Amino acid sequence: MLRRLHSEQPDSFAFTPANLAWAEGQITKYPDGRQASAVIPLLWRAQEQEGWLSKPAIELVADMLGMSYIRVLEVASFYFMFQLQPVGSVAHIQICGTTSCMICGAEDLVAVCQEKIANKPHEVSTDGKFSWEEVECLGSCTNAPMAQIGKDYYEDLTAASFTKLLDELNAGKVPTPGPQNGRYSSEPLSGLTTLQEYESGKTKYNASVQLASDIGDTVKRIQGDEVPLLTPWVGKDGVVAGRAAEAPTPPAPATPKPAAKQAEEAKKAAKPAKKAAPVKKTAAPKADAPAIAEAEPEVLKAARDGKADDLKLLKGVGPKLEQTLNELGFFHFDQVAAWGEAEVSWVDARLTFKGRIERDGWIDQAKKLAAGEETEFAKRAKDEGTYDK
Amino acid sequence: MLKDQDRIFTNLYGMHDRTLKGAQARGHWDGTAAILAKGRDWIVQSMKDSGLRGRGGAGFPTGLKWSFMPKESDGRPAYLVINADESEPGTCKDREIMRHDPHTLIEGALIASFAMNAHTCYIYIRGEYIREKEALQNAIDEAYDAGLLGKNAANSGWDFDLFLHHGAGAYICGEETALIESLEGKKGMPRMKPPFPAGAGLYGCPSTVNNVESIAVVPTILRRGPEWFSSFGRPNNVGTKLFGISGHVNNPCVVEEAMSISFEELIDKHCGGIKGGWDNLLAVIPGGSSVPCVRGENMRDAIMDFDYLRNDLGSGLGTAAVIVMDKQTDIIKAIWRLAKFYKHESCGQCTPCREGTGWMMRVMDRLVKGEAEIEEIDMLWDVTKQVEGHTICALGDAAAWPIQGLIRNFREEIEDRIKANKTGRMGAMAAE
Repeated sequence: MLRRLHSEQPDSFAFTPANLAWAEGQITKYPDGRQASAVIPLLWRAQEQEGWLSKPAIELVADMLGMSYIRVLEVASFYFMFQLQPVGSVAHIQICGTTSCMICGAEDLVAVCQEKIANKPHEVSTDGKFSWEEVECLGSCTNAPMAQIGKDYYEDLTAASFTKLLDELNAGKVPTPGPQNGRYSSEPLSGLTTLQEYESGKTKYNASVQLASDIGDTVKRIQGDEVPLLTPWVGKDGVVAGRAAEAPTPPAPATPKPAAKQAEEAKKAAKPAKKAAPVKKTAAPKADAPAIAEAEPEVLKAARDGKADDLKLLKGVGPKLEQTLNELGFFHFDQVAAWGEAEVSWVDARLTFKGRIERDGWIDQAKKLAAGEETEFAKRAKDEGTYDK
Repeated sequence: MLKDQDRIFTNLYGMHDRTLKGAQARGHWDGTAAILAKGRDWIVQSMKDSGLRGRGGAGFPTGLKWSFMPKESDGRPAYLVINADESEPGTCKDREIMRHDPHTLIEGALIASFAMNAHTCYIYIRGEYIREKEALQNAIDEAYDAGLLGKNAANSGWDFDLFLHHGAGAYICGEETALIESLEGKKGMPRMKPPFPAGAGLYGCPSTVNNVESIAVVPTILRRGPEWFSSFGRPNNVGTKLFGISGHVNNPCVVEEAMSISFEELIDKHCGGIKGGWDNLLAVIPGGSSVPCVRGENMRDAIMDFDYLRNDLGSGLGTAAVIVMDKQTDIIKAIWRLAKFYKHESCGQCTPCREGTGWMMRVMDRLVKGEAEIEEIDMLWDVTKQVEGHTICALGDAAAWPIQGLIRNFREEIEDRIKANKTGRMGAMAAE
């Protein structure tokens, strides 16, 4: 199915403050450097706010997550829940049409939509209030046929009860979601055949319907204060316990450069190579040389004056690595700054995670910090209190 | 019939207290720290002994899957990813767990993660389950508040975080590597295997992907003992299982039953029989859309477990999503609808599946109307064989099997319709 951006796009998109806070909470679920994982939830929240997904919204989410626009557009066009064109102002109605629902009468529901809303799916009704589509299995098969309207499932429908639903929505009311034939959830309609003794203490509705009626946001444009995202995993010290307990997640592989750029760079590299041919010979043995010998760097028994530098300000060093470094005898930035190749090799051999020192550029960072300068990461860590207890 | 005290999901319909307090009253979160104290090897061994086979469709032994995870970390963290992307047509069991008995899943996530040396677990729930997402997140927040998750989870000394992530309506994300891709923020296109997720999965780290039901049954199995769980069902097919029966039965429902229950008992006890009686049964899809359909007369005595359905009926238990069709159903159209489903859900990565699902649907289109030649049935069979086994993931197979099942079991019906269309006379079958 061809899915493209709509021909008419709004000028801009911005999250409401509450939705922005929600989005920032969502990003804390993923390890550092892996914030791209949040792309689907963020796009979805943008759609919940506006009703559909516009180009400015896609670009905003890409900017928030540091992703290229094309990657986010790929995601938006791949997943079918994203509406890439405007939908009805009151509700977009999704009829489940897959086999279980089809044999229980989903085609009658589609016929109702064609008659009352628009002949074709994704077309907005003449009064602008509704649009509809047939979707694939919504996972409520024992309550077939069913439809999703806004956030909620309306189950056990008939053409008559569905028509009534649409009329109520049209009149500005929001009918109670869930089974429309008197069932509680997915138990047999004629009465419980199991679990009779667990029938006590039920609320008026099943879990989904109870939430819908408590929050009352079935067909609402979401502002962000309806269901706030608590982030109990972020402790008072700003640390995510499970993440701190393990080695850091390896960084995402670098995005390959566009082919044109690669070709350019290859050309540049090729030119000096011809002239520098003799140099190559001398360079060759070096590559074959054994791994750089280790040399023990200067270590201390304890921090000078009992005041250690905060090594966590080095990007790539967390509380756990800092402890390891302290145990090895490193307490100050100038110690790290003084390492040469051999020393790096010595330290590397004693860390559980090899190659970190070079990859994260500890030595350059340490030189700056030892000289009293700031690095971007250290500034951020201090400002945000990443490691504050 | 399974007794209520042997049911794991005692709040399946949400009629009991759904909060943490209610879950504890039903026996969940009881002695979790003590289970963890018995150690990783004991947990994995107990799961192997219990004979639990994965509940997501493939039926791979869960304990064995866990044992593929590295024992010692090589510096990379390990992850448990729970597959809650329930999208297989006919399947609606995990939804009931997540909205009505979420603490079985949360406790299971802690124990399973500990057993696999993982401090972090992600639950990937399908995007359409918006209220289920809210209900599950409320339960997770409750568990954090009570100290059952987070630092020193449930006083076990293990730091553990559980995050809820959601998709946006792609069936393919139920495939484990596509799910991982999607969780990393990309299109859900399956990865080649090897490397298997246990070697390099989420973020390139060792990962295990398990179905919701597989994880949610773990705490109860460990509390009551692997022997208890394996006392239900036939050997190699043991345990209790959530069945979801939809279609033409008098009372469609989701119900937990012992494995290897007979189809007749399942339908008569819980669903009030077939609409119009047993003689009116035409066909059954016993395990969700991806398994071939079975003729009604072969189904009545069928034993509902992995081995019987595969070996004796050439079908499968899949997710135990039973779709029942009576004699008023247009079976060709019912299978055409599945062909349309797979065409819609093919991710487009492998050519045989991307193109083949479209071809199959278009030929099915003509068979539904009868506007085809008899030879086209064999041509269609041939195409399904070209797709099957020639793709990275199993979606190609899943698209081919329902059509193969139709041709194998209902060939006369298709031929009859073609002949009727040619001669303008009603066929013998349709005249019945």
